[in-house]
Amino acid sequence: MKRKPWLLWTAGSLVYLFLYLPLVIVVVYSFNDSRLNAEWVGFTLKWYDVLFHDEQMLSAAWNSLVIGLMASVVSTVLGTMAGYAMYRYDLKLLPVLVLTPIAIPEILLGVSLLIFFVMLNISLGMLSIVLAHIAFCVGFVAIVVRSRLSGMDESLVEAARDLGATQWVAFRRVTLPLIMPGIIAGALMAFTLSIDDFVITFFTAGVDSTTLPLQIYSMIKIAVTPEVNAISTLLMLLTLVLIVVATRLAPGVFRGE
Amino acid sequence: MSTRAQKWLVSGPPLVYLLVFFAIPTLIMLLASFQYPGEYGGLAPLFGTGDPDELSGLTFESYQRFFGDAIYLGLFFKSFLYATATTLFCLLLAYPLALLITRSPKKYRDLLVLLVILPFWSNFLIRIYAWMIILGPQSLFAKGFNGFVGLFGIGPLPLLFSPIAVLIGLVYVHLPFMVLPLYANLEKHDPALLDAAQDLGASSWRRFWRITFPLSLPGVYAGSALVFIPALGIFAIPDILGGTDGILVGNLIKQQFLDSRDWPFGSVLSMILTLLAILFVGLAAWFARRK
Amino acid sequence: MALLEIRNVTRRFGDFTAVDDVSLSIGAAEFFTLLGPSGCGKTTLLRMIAGFDQPDGGQILLDGRDMAGVPPEGRNIHTVFQSYALFPHMTVEQNIAFPLQMAKCPDDQIKPRVREALEDVSLQGKEKRYPNELSGGQKQRVALARALVNRPKLLLLDEPLAALDAKLKERMQLELISLQKEIGVTFVYVTHDQEEALALSHRIAVMNLGRVEQLDQPAQIYSFPKNRFVADFIGECNILECGVATNVDGVATLELDGLGSVQATGANGATPGSRGALALRPEKIAIARDLPPTDCVNRFNGKVHDYLYTGDVTLYIVEVQSGHRLEVMLPNNAVGRSSKFFEPGDAVQVGWRDDAGHYLAD
Ligand SMILES: Nc1ncnc2c1ncn2[C@@H]1O[C@H](COP(=O)(O)OP(=O)(O)OP(=O)(O)O)[C@@H](O)[C@H]1O
Ligand SMILES: [Mg+2]
Repeated sequence: MKRKPWLLWTAGSLVYLFLYLPLVIVVVYSFNDSRLNAEWVGFTLKWYDVLFHDEQMLSAAWNSLVIGLMASVVSTVLGTMAGYAMYRYDLKLLPVLVLTPIAIPEILLGVSLLIFFVMLNISLGMLSIVLAHIAFCVGFVAIVVRSRLSGMDESLVEAARDLGATQWVAFRRVTLPLIMPGIIAGALMAFTLSIDDFVITFFTAGVDSTTLPLQIYSMIKIAVTPEVNAISTLLMLLTLVLIVVATRLAPGVFRGE
Repeated sequence: MSTRAQKWLVSGPPLVYLLVFFAIPTLIMLLASFQYPGEYGGLAPLFGTGDPDELSGLTFESYQRFFGDAIYLGLFFKSFLYATATTLFCLLLAYPLALLITRSPKKYRDLLVLLVILPFWSNFLIRIYAWMIILGPQSLFAKGFNGFVGLFGIGPLPLLFSPIAVLIGLVYVHLPFMVLPLYANLEKHDPALLDAAQDLGASSWRRFWRITFPLSLPGVYAGSALVFIPALGIFAIPDILGGTDGILVGNLIKQQFLDSRDWPFGSVLSMILTLLAILFVGLAAWFARRK
Repeated sequence: MALLEIRNVTRRFGDFTAVDDVSLSIGAAEFFTLLGPSGCGKTTLLRMIAGFDQPDGGQILLDGRDMAGVPPEGRNIHTVFQSYALFPHMTVEQNIAFPLQMAKCPDDQIKPRVREALEDVSLQGKEKRYPNELSGGQKQRVALARALVNRPKLLLLDEPLAALDAKLKERMQLELISLQKEIGVTFVYVTHDQEEALALSHRIAVMNLGRVEQLDQPAQIYSFPKNRFVADFIGECNILECGVATNVDGVATLELDGLGSVQATGANGATPGSRGALALRPEKIAIARDLPPTDCVNRFNGKVHDYLYTGDVTLYIVEVQSGHRLEVMLPNNAVGRSSKFFEPGDAVQVGWRDDAGHYLAD
């Protein structure tokens, strides 16, 4: 097809540049031997050194990791159930409850949970953050699992039943292995979303439960140093690894959601 | 085991979780919007102890405050404008990109799509922070820009902490949400349609406006909803990239809950935002279905 | 006693009746075919036999036992699905071992039985392959081996050959026949392809709109269709509307609408004065420039309107006087056929013997 390819190519490439240039700059400046994100002075790893000796940053990273793990485990279980239920049964309420937290602005879930936790005297901290993260991660897992299920040939389950498997055995031996890549991808997605979440965490965190995004936020707001570039670079690397793993497991899971 | 029992066993746990941690908090927020603010922040009790000085029970006070001062409606309108502008700019950038991906050889398409999503999966704050660097007064870009406008006797203009910075941040963060539905739609078009149109003598410009664009409208609506609605409630971007007068509805809500601690008023703002979000979701769904 | 008894089974979806009061009785080791146009309810009936769906009325008995409420895994019936439904995450071997494992077959017996099943369908050496590494025909065989490995009483096959190309289809048909004969399992076979049904089956039930129109052996169904639907659905057929003039011991004189009288033998159902139709297969009509005078009792002059060349035979559309069109089939190697085909516009004679047609009473 020769439909003005150069025009499209130029425009498209510029948009890709727009998407990537900022991130490249962050990475490049993380190696810059200057306190300012301005001129290139020289290569250094000292910001990574600073980062690894920053007690606050390390404890924030630890918090994020713990929260991410707990939230992703629970939301994977609940999300898989929700995805399966939405695929199998004609439900009215569940799809609404699963999809709305994703569709509305994040801040709304954040503040309503803030009121809720305070009313119930649940102290704001790790627990409240985990509970909040699960509430929005469930939906993402459910969507991935359901789309995986609807890509599955329904007659496979019937064939298993036909060949003598009970409903439970058919689920365990046929359905579950076939949707497992979707479940794993959903789990990785939930983990990434939890680790990255800022807005909802912002409202449901307590004083001693600072997460990485909250720590980054306060550094950006108060005193920007290239240490932020360093932690950003590491976080991007982590996400990249997770994405590669997830797309290997279930090609196309990150599309269309 | 009966199908009914199975159905409840599978859908029950997520249903209960989301009822408790999503539906009930939302209802509580609705209730809170009718309560009095507490003396030391938070909410006044629903049932008073009988002390005549104590505020308790339900009131329309916060709603009256909201509708009584044009500032608040104005702020919603400002947020609406920002969200609209964000949607339009996203559409403008996303369309060529989605079209480019669609018309690339099949084996590269998945990679090109992944390249759109990748930045989205890096931390939200990092992506905003990147623009702080680019737009900051010492940056090459800002210097170059001000040098350029200086030729016309303008400036120097501050780029960071300005409405432009907020808009750039909004567009940057939401762009993938526009590209993906657009691409998903464009990918399904039958290339033979364009060949047929060309065969019938349509120029490439006309082919785009008469065929590609109208057929892609469902994708446009879906993408617009995915960009517009989150953009409406955003608070971190104006908070970080915006100036002192750059606040949007999201920032006001945050202020009510964390700084001035007037929860009922914050709840009023949140409820109205919720209604708007639902309204726009419904609108987008309706438009998409009508096509 | 019949192996499978279907008694007055009905299945409705909303106010649409997909299977309407069907009764069938299928014997042991029989190759039984459900034949009918798309949407006539074949799959629905099969799914009720397999246990995936429940009848709204009627009974299904296997070996005299009522199957109501028995789940699919509790019936000694296996299905070969049109899409094969091979488990993509299991190898050929694991696929075939699956029903044995479900039946709690001792581990040490599984391997030899899988090997045996693979031999039955001549697929030795493919044990470790995954389904996506097999061709369509090989998948088909694995599906068969899997369904047959623990010798069900009954095997249901829903258009199992529909996805194969013509050559492979023919080969698989032959293999199916010999496999069924060899292992003696009852086959209930669903297809909408009448040639396939005629070639494979011991008996055929022709279905239309949820009902069984005719149940008989293939030759009977082809030669003596019970009604217009069956005559028309099975093979090509000229259906000539007529009235009955006389009938003497089954030799009737029929007044074909617009054509005139013809003689027909074996028309026992034809009462003088009633109306019906004469079903006439195209290959039973002779065509020539001049028909030898002795050949056919019933003969008409006509003109070739058009023809369809299909390799082994040619189908002529002949317009006889009064504008009626008849389909006439001529083998391309017919004795005495001139090297030249008839061309549109050629004047010809067509005719048939008095026992060529089959009278269908209204
Ligand atoms: N679950 C269902 N709900 C509603 N209608 C159905 C359902 N299953 C089948 N039908 C209808 O019942 C009729 C018979 O369907 P069935 O699948 O048995 O046809 P079939 O004879 O197998 O056709 P084909 O040769 O096309 O496979 C069809 O008109 C179909 O639309
Ligand atoms: Mg069918």
